[in-house]
Amino acid sequence: MNTELLGNALQIVLMVALSYPLGKYIAKVYKGEKNFMDFMAPVERWIYKLSGIDPTEEMGWKRFLKIFLTLNLFWFVWAMILLVTQKWLPLNPDGNPSQRPDLAFNTAASFIANCNLQDYSGENGMTYFTQLFTVMLFQFVSAAAGMAAMAGVLKAIAAKTTKTIGNFWYYLVRSVTRILLPLSLVVGLFFIVQGMPMTFQGKMHLKTLEGQEQVISQGPVAAIVSIKQLGTNGGGFFGVNSAHPLENPNYLTNIVECVSILLIPMALIVALGFYLKKQKLSFIIFGVMLFAFLVSAGINVHEEMKGNPRITALGISQHHGAMEGKEIRLGAGGTALWSSATTVTSNGSVNGMHDSLMPLTGAVTLLNMQINAWFGGVGVGFLNYYAFIIIAVFISGMMIGRTPEFLGKKVEAREMKIATLIVLLHPLLILLGTAISSFIFVHSPALVAKEGGWLGNPGYHGLSEMFYQFTSSAANNGSGFAGLGANTPFWNYAAGLVILFGRFFPIIGTVAIAGLLAEKKFIPSSSGTLEIDTVTFGVMTFAVIFIIAALSFFPAHALSTLAEYLSI
Amino acid sequence: MKSDLFKSIKITFVFCAIFAIFALILWAFAHTFSPNKGQVEVVTLRGKIVGADNVGQSFSKDIYFWGRPSAAGYQADASAGSNKGPANASYLKEVNARIGTFIQHHPYLKRSEVPAEMVTASASGLDPDITPESAAVQIKRVAKARGLSEEAVEKIVEKHIEKPLFGLFGPAKVNVLKLNVALDKLTVHS
Repeated sequence: MNTELLGNALQIVLMVALSYPLGKYIAKVYKGEKNFMDFMAPVERWIYKLSGIDPTEEMGWKRFLKIFLTLNLFWFVWAMILLVTQKWLPLNPDGNPSQRPDLAFNTAASFIANCNLQDYSGENGMTYFTQLFTVMLFQFVSAAAGMAAMAGVLKAIAAKTTKTIGNFWYYLVRSVTRILLPLSLVVGLFFIVQGMPMTFQGKMHLKTLEGQEQVISQGPVAAIVSIKQLGTNGGGFFGVNSAHPLENPNYLTNIVECVSILLIPMALIVALGFYLKKQKLSFIIFGVMLFAFLVSAGINVHEEMKGNPRITALGISQHHGAMEGKEIRLGAGGTALWSSATTVTSNGSVNGMHDSLMPLTGAVTLLNMQINAWFGGVGVGFLNYYAFIIIAVFISGMMIGRTPEFLGKKVEAREMKIATLIVLLHPLLILLGTAISSFIFVHSPALVAKEGGWLGNPGYHGLSEMFYQFTSSAANNGSGFAGLGANTPFWNYAAGLVILFGRFFPIIGTVAIAGLLAEKKFIPSSSGTLEIDTVTFGVMTFAVIFIIAALSFFPAHALSTLAEYLSI
Repeated sequence: MKSDLFKSIKITFVFCAIFAIFALILWAFAHTFSPNKGQVEVVTLRGKIVGADNVGQSFSKDIYFWGRPSAAGYQADASAGSNKGPANASYLKEVNARIGTFIQHHPYLKRSEVPAEMVTASASGLDPDITPESAAVQIKRVAKARGLSEEAVEKIVEKHIEKPLFGLFGPAKVNVLKLNVALDKLTVHS
């Protein structure tokens, strides 16, 4: 049996197996039940006290969202200030420059939104100070904010009739102290043992065996990579992310990093079952998502391990698959699995260059992000799926002539409108962005030339690069077809805005739906109720998601990835 | 709004303090337990540092095994892949030219024996490894340049093949720098 395939199988088994106990534990954390991390309680009390927060205040959904938005507004300002002044701040042994305002806008938007799209390269675009107090800080807190939003929605769904959905601060702090921080510590220590750098020294200068100068960038890598993988962040320490041999030193670290991508997103679906005491519902949602992940991983692994037909045509031996933009220690199969894991979630870290993926793999990674609801970003992945559930409930209700209900609450016009807007915003952002950039590319060659020409590849693949950039931004994924020269004012601002819309509207919308439904009268289930914890409804939701995504994005794929696939 | 803003500011600073402690714990652990105090681990030859064991470097002399093509020119402060699409015509021309060069230096090889990974650029531009097959096809050249028997070089190569994890998971590989250092330990070349 092929060892690359065995390695992939092991990773999938590990993520599924570990997500179960973690999910059970997460449900306890958000319910405030006793758990083995209770020794963190004094630390939490200290955080609340120093910040002047009352963690017992029960919040309505509007107040909950207001705090979420205020906090993010401050984070944005904080990131902007640090990034444009980093040159003068401490911990800059390599003397790296500050970011230009357009780049800082993109970076700030990207990191507060848990997107981690990077138009800079880590080796020279950041200092150790900003790596720690923007990159690492937001990798923790933006992930925690997404999880807090989900916790609020869970509380709203669980209650019979309520005006409050819990305390935002409480969920935020507990997500950090009891889930993200302990896991990151364990994973970070493991990475150090495996040879990942963790130092505040600047670049290392040495002479190679053939006598050439080599300058090696290093830094506090292990601290950032652990939370980068666990919090669906994906913003790498180095420019090439987890393809860098210092950011992903060997196959074992690759297993841990890839499992970390899906661990919490999977566990949160398990947590939903324990929290709502609806195991079957959680299994069915998990099943639908896992099915989608396995299909996408299967296609990618097959395509990449088969190799590039154009290289085969050159008459050489291609036993190890399509190795352009891949690393020997990870293998074509390892990069293919990762490309799927990182796009079904909104992680966006890469261990190979996505721009060099086979056309069909490129199409699958794009489609994963365009759907953005298979596990998804920590917390927000479920929220996106929740919006689709509302739509599926409504459509099923219409089809069989029953009142659309979701767990004892009538779904009415207002909730439907919000759900529809959220679901349609995503294709709108992506397709409009791609259309505008294509239009500029064709009609203003002077502007494009001034910005360095944008595209790294001609033809269909060039369109894919722009399509990918907007898809990744709207889905808050952060991976890229990096041949696109995206560090330009146009791309920094355009992608930055799409990131912000793609982050905040879906969260506001889904929390609002949950809050509105929670206020309604509870209707006990009867024989007339549409049962949603059935395989039939799972298939229905899958169909709704797939049809919406496929129909909206198919024409754009036909011109980019599929055209390339058919012509290769 | 105003009081929420103050709470937001305060909690962000508190979080910064907590994450600083987190980073310091990792740093202290690395400083104490990792071989090079948390810095990049290095390879030495006769007491001299000749590279980082996990960062690829450029090899072009005939006495050495070569690594993969690098879009970054093996500059370890500017990692980069080529980001070329699979059907890009100018990219395929470049690959074709690399095949020609590779065969020129290994005239004993048939075109169908040239491993694709030796003519395609790595993701990081710093790939420290090659496949065992890629090492095998270079043995004849290296042996000739060093005046060693092919069997002697083959033996060293075999010793440097790192098997898949637990013999089961992931690809096998050969670290190019470690292999070349082992050769240099055997014979002195200037």
